[in-house]
Amino acid sequence: MSDIALAAAPPGRAAVRLPAGVVAALAWMVLILAVALLADMLRPYSITALDLRARLTPPVGFGGTLAHPLGTDELGRDVLSRLLVSIRMSVLIAFGATVIAAVLGTTLGFLAAHFRGWVEQVVLMLIDFQASMPFLILALSVLAFFGNSLPLFIGLMGLHGWDRHARIARGLAIAANAQGYAAAVRQLGARPLRVYLGHVLPNIAATLIVSATLSFPEVVLLESGLSFLGLGVQPPMTSLGTMVGYGREYLTRAAWILLAPSTVIVLTTLSVSLLGDWLRDRLDPTLS
Amino acid sequence: MSLLEPAGASLLELEGVSRVYSGRRGLLGRRVPVRAVDHVSLTVAPGRTLGIVGESGCGKSTTGRLALGLEAPDQGQVRFAGQPIPPPGGAEWRRLRARMQLVYQDPLGALDRRLTIATQIAEPLAIHAIGTPADRRDRVAALLGDVGLRADLGGRYPHELSGGQRQRAVLARALATDPALLVCDEPVSALDVSIQAQVVNMLTDLQDSRGIAMLFISHDLKVVRQVSHQVAVMYLGRVVEQGDPEAIFATPAHPYSRALVSAIPTPRSSLGPRGRERIVLTGDPPNPANRPAGCAFHPRCPLAIAACRAEAPELRPADGGRLVACHLVHPPSGSFA
Repeated sequence: MSDIALAAAPPGRAAVRLPAGVVAALAWMVLILAVALLADMLRPYSITALDLRARLTPPVGFGGTLAHPLGTDELGRDVLSRLLVSIRMSVLIAFGATVIAAVLGTTLGFLAAHFRGWVEQVVLMLIDFQASMPFLILALSVLAFFGNSLPLFIGLMGLHGWDRHARIARGLAIAANAQGYAAAVRQLGARPLRVYLGHVLPNIAATLIVSATLSFPEVVLLESGLSFLGLGVQPPMTSLGTMVGYGREYLTRAAWILLAPSTVIVLTTLSVSLLGDWLRDRLDPTLS
Repeated sequence: MSLLEPAGASLLELEGVSRVYSGRRGLLGRRVPVRAVDHVSLTVAPGRTLGIVGESGCGKSTTGRLALGLEAPDQGQVRFAGQPIPPPGGAEWRRLRARMQLVYQDPLGALDRRLTIATQIAEPLAIHAIGTPADRRDRVAALLGDVGLRADLGGRYPHELSGGQRQRAVLARALATDPALLVCDEPVSALDVSIQAQVVNMLTDLQDSRGIAMLFISHDLKVVRQVSHQVAVMYLGRVVEQGDPEAIFATPAHPYSRALVSAIPTPRSSLGPRGRERIVLTGDPPNPANRPAGCAFHPRCPLAIAACRAEAPELRPADGGRLVACHLVHPPSGSFA
């Protein structure tokens, strides 16, 4: 019976039909990445170029001119140029931090699951410490003590969310070890590295990817918050969070200063979530 | 082709092996030792099959894990081809995996659902660095044929196969390194009855053609009888009767074996003089954390005598070349009630 059913429906992996939402999300992420890579070529003005005679010019369609398509801010700086450069900065921080958190968390989770005993206790203690400590306070103290530099800031953001990855990786690895495929592969004589990287990781990657797509928007928002407090990206550099922070004062008079970066934040985080969800389904051969 | 040991030597020896887990009662309860396996001694000769039967929780699977060296015994010693099995996890232990393999009860759980069947069958070859990638492909094709799977099924994922096909794939993976010992832990329990027979026949055929020794663990007496050259009946971590399967199934000596044998459903009596008489065990199923004093089986034994409550019977030779641990078979020194 099952043979016939299987023969009639061969595994069709060739034709992939993407849902419309995923196509839109993919297009947006490609656009964002292209902007991030080519920001210096795309921007019409320098981000620090002042045009004091054209301060607070509204965008095109709201009384503005093509000279400043998205308008200008309170110092007459071009919002479009600042937006493009901000996207690059925020994408760099968010991707960097998410990758750091995922790698760090997964590694610690696997170590805890493999060695158990005191290694696991230490990792669990670190996780609890991370969870009980308000991250903003940790970030504030680190930045206050060590000063602010971009690599340090990215590394610090990478500490956000590693605990969730570690918890997930540890739990799923223990479950895989207790029964099933991981135990079977170890029983075949495989080294731990092969078991964890070759079998456990691909099997739990779906969950980790979803977790990473959750932390990506969080990092964007955290970066915005810290930049708004003046502890994140420092002028003259700019990021989406910095733009929102400084644009807030002009919310009633020149909403476009704040709305442009806010829109980018919302669309990017939404796209990442959509893509993550879709990717999880695609990575699972049992769902089709 | 197969890795047979010198004639006469047993391939696998368990000598007085015990495994104690510590269980906890309640949230703040004391730790109580649970003797899952208690002083078990078994041997498996090359190319022969030892069947282990018993109900759930009697230590069958733990015995299998000890035999494979997946767990180290707390007492006693497990020897494979005359050498003690190294502690689990080391390089030596990993090398030994190529010579002893496990077949699982749940084939879907034992297979990685993200890899194709062919990749997984080739995995032990890759782990033990056997052959070139081209050799491995040929080897996988041959193994698929040996276990009766069509070559094109190698490209499928585990969830795309039926239960019987998955178990065949697990078996092909276990046979990839040409092991000398196969521990089958309830290999057919999860399968459809019509498929069970096919898989069991395939196991015996493979044993004949490759000379593999098997430790066959099952609660299904019919299957054990069909495949085994020797049978050990376990109750609460101990072997209570051991010997030739025909003898044990025809005239079980231990009251527990009798109850087990009487529970085999048969349309017509073919099980000796006892025929259709059905012994239904009463009382609590065994709990290894709370082992009765004396013979562990006495609370459920219809024939228990005073000595059973006081003294644990030892496994001693009885007629028909078998070993039995029962005071009724070997009256204890003193009075026979």
